[in-house]
Amino acid sequence: MQLTLWTYEGPPHVGAMRIATAMRDVHYVLHAPQGDTYADLLFTMIERLPRRPPVTYTTFQARDLGGDTAELFKDAARQAIERFKPAAMLVGSSCTAELIQDDPGGLAHALKLDIPVIPLELPSYQRKENWGASETFYQLCRHLVLKPEEKTAKSRPSCNILGPSALGFRHRDDVKEITQLLNKLGVDINVVAPLEATVADIRKLADADFNVVLYPEIGMSTALWLLRQFDQPHTKTVPLGSNATQDFIREVCALAGIEVPAIEEMTARARWYAQSVDSTYLTGKRVYLFGDATHVVSAARIASEEMGFEVVGLGTYSREFAREVRDCAKKYGVEALITDDYLEVEAQITELHPELILGTQMERHIAKRHGIPCAVISAPVHVQDFPARYAPQMGLEGANVLFDTWVHPLMMGLEEHLLGMFKQDFEFHEGASPSHLGSARPAEIIVEQAVTQKEASNQATWSVEAEKELGKIPFFVRGKARRNTEKYALDQGVATITVDTLYDAKAHYSR
Amino acid sequence: MSPVIPIRAETTTGCTDVTPLVQRGQREVFCGLTGIIWLHRKIQDAFFLVVGSRTCAHLIQSAAGVMIFAEPRFGTAIIDERDLAGLADVHEELDRVVHQLLNRRPDIRMLFLVGSCPSEVIKLDLSRAAQRLNQIHHPAVRVLNYSGSGIETTFTQGEDACLAALVPGLPSMNPQVPSQTKPQLMVVGTLADVVEDQLRHLLEQMNITVNFFPPRNSQKMPAVGANTRFLLAQPFLADTARALQDRGAQHLPATFPLGIEGTTSWLQAAAQEFGVSPLLFEKVTAAPKQRAEKALAVHRQMLDGKRIFFFPDSQLEIPLARFLNREMNMDLVEVGTPYLHRQHMAAELALLPTGTRISEGQDVDLQLDRCVEDKPDMVVCGLGLANPLEAQGMTTKWAIELVFTPIQGYEQAADLAGLFSRPLRRREKLAA
Ligand code: SF4
Ligand code: SF4
Repeated sequence: MQLTLWTYEGPPHVGAMRIATAMRDVHYVLHAPQGDTYADLLFTMIERLPRRPPVTYTTFQARDLGGDTAELFKDAARQAIERFKPAAMLVGSSCTAELIQDDPGGLAHALKLDIPVIPLELPSYQRKENWGASETFYQLCRHLVLKPEEKTAKSRPSCNILGPSALGFRHRDDVKEITQLLNKLGVDINVVAPLEATVADIRKLADADFNVVLYPEIGMSTALWLLRQFDQPHTKTVPLGSNATQDFIREVCALAGIEVPAIEEMTARARWYAQSVDSTYLTGKRVYLFGDATHVVSAARIASEEMGFEVVGLGTYSREFAREVRDCAKKYGVEALITDDYLEVEAQITELHPELILGTQMERHIAKRHGIPCAVISAPVHVQDFPARYAPQMGLEGANVLFDTWVHPLMMGLEEHLLGMFKQDFEFHEGASPSHLGSARPAEIIVEQAVTQKEASNQATWSVEAEKELGKIPFFVRGKARRNTEKYALDQGVATITVDTLYDAKAHYSR
Repeated sequence: MSPVIPIRAETTTGCTDVTPLVQRGQREVFCGLTGIIWLHRKIQDAFFLVVGSRTCAHLIQSAAGVMIFAEPRFGTAIIDERDLAGLADVHEELDRVVHQLLNRRPDIRMLFLVGSCPSEVIKLDLSRAAQRLNQIHHPAVRVLNYSGSGIETTFTQGEDACLAALVPGLPSMNPQVPSQTKPQLMVVGTLADVVEDQLRHLLEQMNITVNFFPPRNSQKMPAVGANTRFLLAQPFLADTARALQDRGAQHLPATFPLGIEGTTSWLQAAAQEFGVSPLLFEKVTAAPKQRAEKALAVHRQMLDGKRIFFFPDSQLEIPLARFLNREMNMDLVEVGTPYLHRQHMAAELALLPTGTRISEGQDVDLQLDRCVEDKPDMVVCGLGLANPLEAQGMTTKWAIELVFTPIQGYEQAADLAGLFSRPLRRREKLAA
């Protein structure tokens, strides 16, 4: 049993829903209790879809449990086919139905339907949403993809785009951006899947020359299967950030057998923005990253190479990609945190006290509690991160969007300087939020004091003067200064921290 | 009849003997866990720990997660494979999780262990767990349990289950205390703080002292006993009412305090019981009634003659339909309710126009067919259906908002009407 305040991923059947809802003629019959239809809201409200997800739920109640829930499932499946006339059907269980063991796959098989029926085995007490989406996409392709006919010679190479789905963080615009980029390079798109794909599209996946995997969490197992079955190679670079996009272009050109274009001209405006002197104060800002593996690994590279931040910690909830994230962390000399436990993430952030958090909707809760600026880089996200405007994360325009998004929550340079010089201004004081954000910043000072009191027992005590001096340090680095000083005092066996200790520590750590 | 309430042609029995349309199929409703979203705001020192699956955790955060919490007052103990395989003693695991939680949140005074579908299906005995944990953590924290599972409860029934769980622990009235020897009024059901204050003020002006249940703080539970007379402020409290009756309290049958008429007759039920003179009653209620009537007139222009269709959601549908029909002149196409409690609904049903199509439970696809066929001017439905129906050109009012907004009493009557006129006004504006 795990205490969970927030969960990074939903159950695996929500992942299956994301595949079904992304596609155009697939229906999903889900054995689930009354109440699990809440998941429809994710699509109709958070993603604001103007249609109901193609999901029929059996919605059994307690009184049904004594009776024949299997019959209930069969009725639901039969009626769904009749009403929605899908080209293929997914069947499976939610967590509660898994416990009553009705075997939707077998039941649907017994109905002898004349469309492909794909049974889903999604262990709800073990796996989660992304795994569910990946497995569903893979099963769907395994059942449907046809061996390609003799390839007719084409004038342009073609590829599939794999991974974009319903409820994906910026999938809509990423697909548009990358499609444009590929077309510009001279590559045609065979199929984008699962987003907006039909069953007929899936059948012809193997016709493409290669695959572009935009979201490995969802598309990689299918890409690997296509590689095994049809010798279809796939891209390994995710085009997030200016540099990665350029690498991606080179990789695509190699796979497509075309010449690499003049890449120096293909840069994002973000690169100049980051070089301009206004951005100098961003140098060495201590940043913490958390999210799905793909976005964290890419964001770390951007943060370090393209923004000049210092990566002080990173982690992911994508256990399936733990190795990639660990390797990435090594590059920045940190240890990756692989966990789906929100409380562990919070503990690490408390410990590291970064100046900026790049994370998910959940890290925004932590950021609020600690008064740390935060930007969202990965799902889970809420309604505000399905914006009306064009807002890709990938490709060159994506890099521009990222620059604006990440810098926005930080205190602007001038304000930061003035705050360091004059503490007591009644309007621009350190408890207030950056003034360009308008609204109030929560009481991070209170949190900080609470933390100190709790930990005071095994720490050196602060003299009044030192405490006062500490107060003069800008708040976004004060937490770090406090911790460093205390650690220094402990290491040096200093019992009472004086102003001198504070500056000794500063000198010590600035080496 | 009061001149300020426009009452339509009187029917003698209304819908008292109605046979609801019952169709069984897919039910597009929330489970009772959702009640946590408003209950945690009401009882401010309580924590709601769901014992369930990742689905349950996901449900709550999807609903509440748009708010950014420094310290959420709800969470989930997620059952994992080890618990199911019997490798871990589930009760020991739960104790551990509760310890972890209470260490993190020493300010919590009351902890609800909330049952879910998975915990019910594996027959995890949460009441035993609550008793055990209560012994460990008493008196710092009281531990209770109820079920909010989808297989047993629909949406607002989660509140019913929660309050019913509180009733056995309410202090008994003490006949030795002079103030408790006479009948006392209790208002039952979560109300917005502002509504509570208004209703208290009205009742006190009639010299009736009143307690509200649930209270804002877990340490201030009202006493109950044979002298308790209670009014239901919400229509979904069947089990809570029964539990109160088991402790000797008497239910005062009434309409629900929605709209002018509903509020007046709700107050009247108390006034009669407590011997308030008609003169005093009139004196106390006249001004707010008039004010409300004036405020309602604006919305009536927009709603008059419009046809409305209710999908089942919260059990508030029948009282809302009554208000919209009798005070706003709307026509009722279908009134769906997840569950029809005839006794608590008796006063309401009598006021609905005879022949109103009332449905109980749901087969959502068939109900959507009817709705499309009927072409109502407004559809009241959940968020899973609202945008899809809007995209088909229908005007909708999402039902959940009715549970999250102060709508009871005189001063809120116009706000309530406004919730229905706003989508229509918006459609007009955007079309223009
Ligand atoms: S903001 Fe989020 S929780 Fe609120 S209604 Fe919209 S989707 Fe639902
Ligand atoms: S209690 Fe039941 S219906 Fe509600 S979220 Fe949990 S599993 Fe789903």
